[in-house]
Amino acid sequence: MNLHEFQGKSILAKFGVPVPNGRVADTPDAAVEAAQAVRELTGTEIWAVKAQIHAGGRGKGGGVKIAKSIAEVKEYANNILGMMLITPQTSKTGKKVRRVLIEENIYHKGEFELQELYFSVLLNRQTSKVIMMYSPKGGMNIEEVAAETPELIFKEEIDPKVGLQQFQCRKIAFNYGLTGGAIKEMTSFVTKIYKAYIESDATLFEINPLVKTSDNKIIAADAKVVVDNSALFRHPEIAEMRDFEEEDPIEVEASSFGLNYVKLDGNVGCMVNGAGLAMATMDIIKLSGGEPANFLDVGGTANAKRVEEAFRIILRDVNVKAILVNIFGGIVRCDRVAQGVVDAYKNIGEINVPIIVRLQGTNAIEAKKIIDESGLKVHSAIQLEDAAKIVKEVMA
Amino acid sequence: MSVLVDKNSKVVVQGFTGTEGTFHATQMIEYGTNVVGGVTPGKGGQTHLGKPVFNTVADAVKIAGANVSLIFVPPPFAADAIMEAAEAGIKVIVCITEGIPVKDMVNVKEYLKSKDCRLIGPNCPGIITPGEAKVGIMPGFIHQPGCIGIVSRSGTLAYEAVDQITKVGLGQTTGIGIGGDPIIGTSVKEAIELFNNDPETKGIVMIGEIGGGQEAEAAYWIKENCKKPVVCFIAGATAPKGRTMGHAGAIIGGAEDTAEAKKTILRACGIHVVDSPADLGTKMLEVINL
Repeated sequence: MNLHEFQGKSILAKFGVPVPNGRVADTPDAAVEAAQAVRELTGTEIWAVKAQIHAGGRGKGGGVKIAKSIAEVKEYANNILGMMLITPQTSKTGKKVRRVLIEENIYHKGEFELQELYFSVLLNRQTSKVIMMYSPKGGMNIEEVAAETPELIFKEEIDPKVGLQQFQCRKIAFNYGLTGGAIKEMTSFVTKIYKAYIESDATLFEINPLVKTSDNKIIAADAKVVVDNSALFRHPEIAEMRDFEEEDPIEVEASSFGLNYVKLDGNVGCMVNGAGLAMATMDIIKLSGGEPANFLDVGGTANAKRVEEAFRIILRDVNVKAILVNIFGGIVRCDRVAQGVVDAYKNIGEINVPIIVRLQGTNAIEAKKIIDESGLKVHSAIQLEDAAKIVKEVMA
Repeated sequence: MSVLVDKNSKVVVQGFTGTEGTFHATQMIEYGTNVVGGVTPGKGGQTHLGKPVFNTVADAVKIAGANVSLIFVPPPFAADAIMEAAEAGIKVIVCITEGIPVKDMVNVKEYLKSKDCRLIGPNCPGIITPGEAKVGIMPGFIHQPGCIGIVSRSGTLAYEAVDQITKVGLGQTTGIGIGGDPIIGTSVKEAIELFNNDPETKGIVMIGEIGGGQEAEAAYWIKENCKKPVVCFIAGATAPKGRTMGHAGAIIGGAEDTAEAKKTILRACGIHVVDSPADLGTKMLEVINL
């Protein structure tokens, strides 16, 4: 589950990881109040106004501004709130901004040189261990750093038997090139953020930039936090942070019916049991001359009710010109799915796009008979190859 | 011959008396699998489906001689169930459970390093050696004893491959569903090593998908070590970047995670890659030397 920056930072702060003082606001007036509160707390006269959406690269799209007065806070909040923010990680239409985070400025001049670093914690799938990936080159796209200066990307893997060790924290501080008081600040930061990662069942912490301030403090200026969906049962307080407005409403609705649906931009809808077969079906649509309009896994119990809901959801996409149903019945009986298709067809009424139904596995022959004798304009197939051919004919 | 399970496997079902455990244990017994009992803590001493119920896996090993375990325990308790089986001396542990927290699996993976056992899954359909033992949730009837080993990250897509291999008349030695999670007990490469060492297996079907580096790792190993023909399909050529496609492990993070990147590596390693999953059976028939 993706979290907003302000939510991720609240988790970090709970574990003592230093983050800038900030308040979240959903109107320009609330932004002014937030800025005043932050000034009272910190004495800052400069504020960052940051759009809160589930996507990176917000600065590039105009979603992050530095305000030098309360009036500017209001002006920027007014501009950013409600805008469709387009970043390299959003769709072309962008994402609507509903909240801004107002933070104290931590980029002040001082005794030491300010540095922007990169720090992340994630799972290394190769070794099944947690790994910290970090670089002294922060504040820019880490993929670019990896491509241009791979020698500046460092990794520190954690042994699950004993957890993070202090020598590892020191190594990180030295690889960053830190000196003096900043070393201790860094080892403390790494210790705390690792604890936060483990105890909140996160799957990604990305701090970019991690700022070493001019007074040698280490502060997480940004935070991308992803928490393991499968572990939310242990963290009701994090589960509550889910922001449904950041998700596609149709996908949310589909999940309430037990359907795993992802909308895509194509013209051929599909309904499949199993994630791997669903991806494979999308690939077949493409090979047959169409473009997949969605990913849809009806799961292990593809009953009549679910089949009907799946049809309704697919048909809401006006770009859908045909639908391919591909069910490999193992435990699921194909004749029941076929009956579900026929019932759904009748219940929904006029379906104006051709439907290709491929049912294979348990009772496949009976299933084909049900489809063929239903009198509906439904093409049936048993072999995957035949289904692909029909899609090709229909799309031609 | 076969790999991992055969007619001599003595299977214990963890989570035996639950809905899923009951349903699938029934199917397995009907298939002819030697299910020697089940484990449900607190219900030890009872009988279920005509088989004894034990409180612990250790009891099932000691009293019934269990050497294979199949786990249907719910996600919050599944990691514990896997470690219990390993500690009890079970050699092959198959975990069907979907949705085990990643952190739990990091610990399980580490725990298993000091144990003499193999974990298949989690979030997988299990293992089947046709005509001998079905240790999982796959439909038994589509399988047929034969000479092809099947390894898959996906369930229903594996059934598709099995069905085609049966229809072209080759049949399977064993089918292994390794699971779709980011952390799994047995990798694609390890499953292929098992088939490479099995004299009855003449060819291997490998079903991969987007996300992670498993297929590439297997491909480099195959290039150096495997003389048997390998036919492969990678699902997700049309999947968008950054979206999880059903399986927690199926997500394109970097450039090396895409179906296209994987296919390029596999082809360079001499693997027969098909672009359409409908061509798995015919491609295997074309390249196999019998």
